[in-house]
Amino acid sequence: MSTPLPAPELLDREFLEIRARLLHVASSFDRIDRAEGAVEADPRLAKIHEALAILSDGKPDRAERIQLVFSRPYEADWRAALSPRGADPKAR
Amino acid sequence: MYYIDPHIHMVSRVTDDYETLAKMGCVAMSEPAFWAGFDRGSVDGFRDYFRQLTEFEPKRAGWYKVQHYTWLCINAKEAENVTLSREVIAVIPEFLDRPGVLGIGEIGLNKNTKNEATIFLEHLDLAAKTDEQILIHTPHLEDKYQGTRMILDMLCDDGRLDRQRVLVDHVEEHTIRAVLDEGFWAGMTLYPTSKCTPERAVDMVEMYGPERLLVNSAGDWGPSKPTAVPDFILAMRLRGHSESLIRRIVYDNPVKFFSQSRNFDFTPPEIFEPEERV
Repeated sequence: MSTPLPAPELLDREFLEIRARLLHVASSFDRIDRAEGAVEADPRLAKIHEALAILSDGKPDRAERIQLVFSRPYEADWRAALSPRGADPKAR
Repeated sequence: MYYIDPHIHMVSRVTDDYETLAKMGCVAMSEPAFWAGFDRGSVDGFRDYFRQLTEFEPKRAGWYKVQHYTWLCINAKEAENVTLSREVIAVIPEFLDRPGVLGIGEIGLNKNTKNEATIFLEHLDLAAKTDEQILIHTPHLEDKYQGTRMILDMLCDDGRLDRQRVLVDHVEEHTIRAVLDEGFWAGMTLYPTSKCTPERAVDMVEMYGPERLLVNSAGDWGPSKPTAVPDFILAMRLRGHSESLIRRIVYDNPVKFFSQSRNFDFTPPEIFEPEERV
């Protein structure tokens, strides 16, 4: 299934909203810059920059990839540490 | 358009919200048990909560001809207290045969801890033994991806569960594919700042299709919008989707999923076709 609207019409509909959201992000950065104190070492800022790079890389699935930037990693062997059954999922 | 909100916490809402929802076309809703904003101190607090969900909320909804259904559990946040959780799980069977009880939920994980996993598995065991449907909460923000994958692991480990009778809720772009690929139902929650917007929910419909997909407001005591499902309906229309596709997601799909519960005694609204009008 795809979107019924053609790309030019979607851009027409969403251009002003995209523009407004970009300005919102830009003004947030400006505000942080003007404020006292330093945040360069804050790991959240690195994630924001990683997400911004995804926005402009021209590849698909940007929303999914940005979600993963802000996600803790999944480890398939999590049961060994966190499951009451230990590493054996069939144990009851 | 008539619709069903499959996940909304009406105990946190005022009666005026029932009236507004009825005016906007909501004919039924299901309300999972959840965290009240504070940790309850005893099993009796949960027993009273389950009475509220099975006695008073259906009555309040009925004042506006909205059909109210519910799910029972101790939520993932309070599951950190394993002793209390086991007391609550022992009480749940007293309520499972009450009218409108659809199953066990919303169980799941919150911070993906060992205690949460322990109580999640014990809820799954109760659901399997009592043949109940399951509604699952997935964690917030940075914990969602990891927690959703852990939940899927635990569900898939249990061969007793019918995946068509399990709804994994609050999916987003990074979790929806795994949920659907494993054969479970997926719910998209429309929130003002976290979770999903109506426009992003429409994107996911376009990418994954309407099969086993639900959309809900999860309206509660926090920032949320109980009328978010009508927002989704409008977003679908503006994107050019057919009324039949919209209806499938907001009405037919909830009916199909809930109909697998023995306590889903649903009376469809009287629908007038255009040719019947005079």
